[in-house]
Amino acid sequence: MIVNELAVGAQGQSPAGGRPIGEVILDLQNISLSFGGVKALTDISFNVRKGEIRSIIGPNGAGKSSMLNVINGVYHPQQGSVIFHGEKRRDMDPHKAAAQGIARTFQNIALFKGMSVLDNIMTGRILKMKTNLLQHALFWGAAQREEIEHRKKVEEVIDFLEIQSIRKTPVGRLPYGLQKRVELGRALAAEPSMLLLDEPMAGMNVEEKQDMSRFILDVNDQFGTTIVLIEHDMGVVMDISDRVVVLDYGKKIGDGTPEEVMANPDVIAAYLGTSH
Amino acid sequence: MFYREAGQFKASYQADQQIFPIRQDKIAVWALVLFFAAVVPVIADQYWLKAILIPVLIFSLAALGLNILTGYAGQLSLGSAAFMAVGAFGAYNFMLRIDGMPFLVAIVLGGLCAAAVGVLFGLPSLRIKGFYLAVATLAAQFFIVWALVKFPWFSNYSSSGVISTQEINILGFAFDGPTSKYMLTLAVVVILALAAKNMVRSSTGRAWMAVRDMDVAAEVIGIRPMRTKLIAFAVSSFYCGVAGALYAYTYLGTVEPEGFNLDLSFKILFMIIIGGTGSIMGSFLGAAFIVLLPILLDNFVPSLLGDLVSASFVSNFQLIVFGAMIIFFLIVEPHGLARLWQIGKEKLRLWPFPH
Amino acid sequence: MHFFLEVLIGGLLSGVLYALVALGFVLIFKASGVFNFAQGAMVFFAALTFVGFQEVLPGWTGLEEGGSAVFWLAFALALISMIVLGVLTEKIVLRPLVNQPHITLFMATIGLSYLIEGIAQGVWGANVRGLDLGIEDVPVEWLMESSNILVSKFDVVAAGIAGVLVASLALLFQYTKIGRALRAVADDHQAALSIGIPLRHIWVIVWGVAGFVALIAGMIWGARNGVQFALTYTALKALPVLILGGFTSVPGAIVGGLIIGASEKLAEVYIGPFVGGGIESWFPYVLALVFLLVRPEGLFGEKHIDRV
Repeated sequence: MIVNELAVGAQGQSPAGGRPIGEVILDLQNISLSFGGVKALTDISFNVRKGEIRSIIGPNGAGKSSMLNVINGVYHPQQGSVIFHGEKRRDMDPHKAAAQGIARTFQNIALFKGMSVLDNIMTGRILKMKTNLLQHALFWGAAQREEIEHRKKVEEVIDFLEIQSIRKTPVGRLPYGLQKRVELGRALAAEPSMLLLDEPMAGMNVEEKQDMSRFILDVNDQFGTTIVLIEHDMGVVMDISDRVVVLDYGKKIGDGTPEEVMANPDVIAAYLGTSH
Repeated sequence: MFYREAGQFKASYQADQQIFPIRQDKIAVWALVLFFAAVVPVIADQYWLKAILIPVLIFSLAALGLNILTGYAGQLSLGSAAFMAVGAFGAYNFMLRIDGMPFLVAIVLGGLCAAAVGVLFGLPSLRIKGFYLAVATLAAQFFIVWALVKFPWFSNYSSSGVISTQEINILGFAFDGPTSKYMLTLAVVVILALAAKNMVRSSTGRAWMAVRDMDVAAEVIGIRPMRTKLIAFAVSSFYCGVAGALYAYTYLGTVEPEGFNLDLSFKILFMIIIGGTGSIMGSFLGAAFIVLLPILLDNFVPSLLGDLVSASFVSNFQLIVFGAMIIFFLIVEPHGLARLWQIGKEKLRLWPFPH
Repeated sequence: MHFFLEVLIGGLLSGVLYALVALGFVLIFKASGVFNFAQGAMVFFAALTFVGFQEVLPGWTGLEEGGSAVFWLAFALALISMIVLGVLTEKIVLRPLVNQPHITLFMATIGLSYLIEGIAQGVWGANVRGLDLGIEDVPVEWLMESSNILVSKFDVVAAGIAGVLVASLALLFQYTKIGRALRAVADDHQAALSIGIPLRHIWVIVWGVAGFVALIAGMIWGARNGVQFALTYTALKALPVLILGGFTSVPGAIVGGLIIGASEKLAEVYIGPFVGGGIESWFPYVLALVFLLVRPEGLFGEKHIDRV
C-alpha cells in the first residue's frame, strides 16, 4: 500500500488529470474462451470505469485481441458474463454492442478498401441514419437532408483528425499511418461512449505515435469517451493509461495503475521471459 | 473549353454531393441523354433500334442489377438470367390475368416477383460466402427455369412454355414500332439507372460496399450483414426482373424459359467484368461491348478471311474471344472499361498542359 | 424393394463418376486455391481430342482404324494435350492472377471454360461423335439371374475404373512425397515455398493429374452419351458434390459423389412423378443448399473461424 501511494505521489499528477472517472460501466466476469480445444482466455475478470483509459497489455498471443472481440461480441465466450451498463448477459452481439455505443478499430486495419475516406467515415454514422431504401433511391427531401446533416458531423471528425486533404482519396491508396487514423475516424463518427482500440500505433514512427496519442487523449478529454486500448509500446501505455490489465497465455497476471503493474513480479517475469 | 474543374467551388455539402460534381460532366451527360432521346430515334434505322440499341439498354439494366449485387455488395450470382425470367413471366401473367392492368405497373410487379424470389435464394448468403454462394445461386438458375417449363400455368398452357407478349398500351398510346419501344425502354432504363446511382451514393450503398469489403468490420459498426445482403438481393433481382420484362415485351416479343439459361447469366456476368464491377457506367459500357462484339465478329471476320472460315468457326471464334477478353480484363484491368474511362478523364483534366 | 435397389445401385455407380470429376476440382483447389469452373470444359476438351486423334491417326500413320495401337496412341496424345493445356493455363491465366481474391480466379476460370470450349470445337468441329470403349451396355448377368436386379455392365466397369482412380489418387495424396508437398502447398503457399517445395512443379503436376482425370471422365461419359458439348455440364454435376463434401476434402468428394448420385436418381424416381419429372437438373443443388444451411463447412471440411 505504501509503495502504491508513493508511486502515485512520485508521479506528481496522475494521467487522469482533472477528468471525472465514474462508476464501472463494463464488467467482465470469469470470461473463458476457446477455439476447438485451444484456450484463448481463461477465467478473466476485470472492469472498465466510465471515462478512463484502460489498457490491455501482454506478450503476443496473450489473448488481448480476443478480449476486445468478446467485449463487442465478435467472439462468444463459453463461460462468464459481460455486464454493460448494468445489463448482464452471456455474450454481446456486434450489432447490439454498436447500438449501445461501443466502437472499435482493428489490429490489422479493417477499412473498406474500395471506398473513399469520406465514405468510410460516413459508414460510422449508419446506425444514426433513419431514411429507407426508397427514399435513398429518390435522393430527395429527407434522404438528402439527412445525408447533409451527417456529412457535417463527419467533417467535424475529419477536421479533428486533420485529414481534410485526403477526404476524397480511396483508402487503399493511403499510407499505413493515415489508414489507422481514418479507421479511428470511422469509429469516432459513431460518437461512441466506449472506444476499443486494438494496437492503434503498431508500425508507426515516433511522430505518428505522438499524433495518435494526442488524438486518443483528446477524444477521452473532450468527449469523455471511455477507452479500452491494446498497445505494445510500453512508454505510450504507461503515459496515457489510467489502469492497465496484463494478460499472459490467456490468463490475467496483473491489474492496476501503471505503477502497480510495473512493479508486479509476475508481469516482469512474463515480459522478461523468466519462468515462474 | 478545356476539361477543367478549376474555379468550380462547392459552397455547400449539397453541391459536393451531386452525381456529377464537375460542370462539364453534367453537361456531357445531359447532352448524351438528350442525344439518345431526341436524335437517335430520328436518325437510327429499324435494324439499329431493334437489334442493337434496345438490347444494349435492356442488358445494361440487367448488368446494373447484377452489379448492385456483385459489384457493390460483393455477392457473386450466377443466376441473373433466371431472375430475368421471373420478371418476364411475372409481368406476362399480371397482364394476362388482370383486366386493364397498366403495362408499367405490370413490369414493376414482375420486378417485385423477381425481388421476392431473389430474397428467397439469397437466404443462404446468411451462412455461406464466395463461390459457395455462387454455386448456391446456380440452384436458382436451374430450379426457376425448370419450374417455368414444368408448370404450364406460368405460360398460360402454351407448348414448352413459350409466351407471346401482349401489346403495350400506355394511356391509349400503342407502343408497337421499334422507335416507340426504344423510347419506352430508354425511359425505364434511365430512371432506374438514376435510382441505382442514388442508392449507391447513400447509406444503403455504403452498407453494401462495407459488407463487400470487410463484413466483420461492417457488423461492428452496426450494419446488419444479413439484412444488407438481402436488400442487395432484392434490389438486384428487381432490376433483373424489370430487365427480363422489357426483354420479353420491347425486345423479343416471344420468349421461352430455356432462353433464360445459364449462358445468358454468364453473359451478364461478363458484362460487369468487362464494363467494370462496382460502377453504374460500367454496366452500360459492358452491355454495349458484349452485345456489339458478336455483331462485329459476324460482320468482319468472314469479310476479312473470306471463304476460308465456316459459320461454325465464327461462333467458336466468338467463344474464344469472349473467354480471352474475360481473362484479359481480370488480369490487366480488373475494374474494366469504366476504370479505363476514368483514367482517360484524369488525363483529359491535365490536357493539353500535362506538367 | 428390388426396384429401389436397382435405382440405388444405378445412382451410386453414376455417383462414382461425379466423385471422379469432383476430385479434379479438389486437386486443383487444394494445390492452387483455384475453384476451377473450367473442369467441365476440360472434360469436353479431353474427350473430343481423344476422339479427334482416333479419327485422324489412321490417315496420318497408316495404322489400322479402330485398333488398339490407334487407341493408345490417341490416348497418349490426348493426355499430352491435357498436360500442355494445364501448363498453359497455369502460365497464362493463373500466374498473373496470383494473390487475387478467390472470386476473381473463379470468374477467370469461367472465361477459361469459354476459351477451351471454343478451341476444342474450333480444332475438331462441333458435331456429336460416338466413342466405343468396347464395353457393352447390357445388364450384368449373374446379378440378374441371382436376384433379378438390372444393373448395366457398362456402369459397373465405368464405376470400377473411376473407383480405382479415385482410390489411387486418394492414396497418392495421403502417402507419397508429392502428396505431402501438395498438402503443404494447399495449407500455405509462402511457407511451402520457404521450405523448398518447388511450387511451379507442383502446379504442373496437379494440372497434369487433373487433365488425366478429365480425360478418363470424358471418355467414360463420352462412351455413354456421345462426345458432345453437353460434356461440359459434367462440371455442373460436380459442383453440388463439392458443396456437400467440402472443396478441400478427397474423402468428401467421394462420399459427396455417392450421396448426390444416389439421391438424385431416387428423387427422380420417387419424387419426380409428382412434379412433372426432370428434377435431376436442380435437385442436387437444392439438396446441397439445404445441407449447407445446416453445416456450412461441408461434410469433411474444417470449421472456419474468422480471425479479426
